[in-house]
Amino acid sequence: MKHLIEPVDLTPQEVDGILDLAEKIIADPPAYAQKCRGKKLATLFYEPSTRTRLSFEAAMLELGGSVLGFSSADSSSAMKGESVADTIRTVQCYADIVAMRHPKEGSAKVASLHASIPVINAGDGGHQHPTQTLTDLLTIRSLKGRLGQFTIGLCGDLTFGRTVHSLIRALMRYEGVNFLLISPKELRIPDYIRADMQRRGLAFREAERLEEVIGELDILYMTRVQRERFFNEEDYVRLRDSYILDGEKMKLAKQDMIVLHPLPRVNEIATEVDSDPRACYFKQVLYGKYVRMALILKMLGVEA
Amino acid sequence: MNVDSLQRGLVIDHIQAGKSMEIYRFLDLDRLDCSVAIIKNARSGKSGKKDIIKIEDEIDVDLDVLGFIDPNITVNVVEGGRITHKRKLQLPAQVTNVAKCKNPRCITSIEQELPHIFKLSEEGERRVYRCIYCEQEYNPKK
Repeated sequence: MKHLIEPVDLTPQEVDGILDLAEKIIADPPAYAQKCRGKKLATLFYEPSTRTRLSFEAAMLELGGSVLGFSSADSSSAMKGESVADTIRTVQCYADIVAMRHPKEGSAKVASLHASIPVINAGDGGHQHPTQTLTDLLTIRSLKGRLGQFTIGLCGDLTFGRTVHSLIRALMRYEGVNFLLISPKELRIPDYIRADMQRRGLAFREAERLEEVIGELDILYMTRVQRERFFNEEDYVRLRDSYILDGEKMKLAKQDMIVLHPLPRVNEIATEVDSDPRACYFKQVLYGKYVRMALILKMLGVEA
Repeated sequence: MNVDSLQRGLVIDHIQAGKSMEIYRFLDLDRLDCSVAIIKNARSGKSGKKDIIKIEDEIDVDLDVLGFIDPNITVNVVEGGRITHKRKLQLPAQVTNVAKCKNPRCITSIEQELPHIFKLSEEGERRVYRCIYCEQEYNPKK
């Protein structure tokens, strides 16, 4: 595996390999504490992030490696108009592996076309976010005991929600996944994802009201209606509160349903839900660190 | 309207009305020394109106790119004043710098030097080309 730009860059076997390794790390973290000694991860973040950047950095540090990078475009030469291609050709002189987040779609692909070291897409605009997907897959496999044979509801901003696009593409490859796509008409999944699902003859339904379908779900994947993806404030304000998960809606859900969220949340999950044992989004954060440790090991070809 | 009939050359036919100048530019026909006739809004049984380009020479250009622009275009080869055969257009697997990605969120919208590349992602009736960076579908009608 050279680069990870979108989830399907990994074969199902490679995904299984990463998830298996993550579980081994969870079982015995000290065994991996020096595996990346002498290696450097560059985190190139042109856009703000808490979890993704910190979990990449924590992952590398827990493997005994080092990290360098920038956390906003303002503090890099992008401010001076440097292209992604030139930035990556520079950074590969300093680091062994790169994790990059950029507001424009396809930016990580551009980086990968010019890089001699592995590039990990840590989010490219509203397009793809494969390491969140690996996080989601590890969380689902660990908490539900399987990947496949379940009904998953994806709720909120399905147009610009890159985590949703990546997760759908990854789950398409498993047997028996029923998709329920819950969003306002204005924020439905983009046509290329819809075309993919139709071509593969996948079972999916679209719904507009969460409370009408929540009882059918084994997994509820909530997403934030993101202000930065809208062209105008008016649309954002009108749509942001459309889909809020609260205690009342949770009463309609199955007892073993799990609630996931890529975070950060604004108000789409009421804080009263946090104490419900079915709320698993903070566990998901921890799984994110372990799965990135596994990914870094695999991409660097470090014997694990 | 009459345009001298060709003795030898190519007739690019069934171009969507109004699109002939676009084809002219795509194929760099301005570089040719031979006669080139552009016929706009010719009557057509199929679509009412169409454009036609006649080139008085058998030029060496990548005509498959026409399949990307509009699969309805036909290319006739003329020799000795008669159409000897039709060139079948193949859909190219990839085209570079033929069209621009129109997604305002695509990286190509801010990095001007990047080549605009589209890949054939679905064949058959619903042929689809997508930007290799952002995966936005190329829609020639937009």
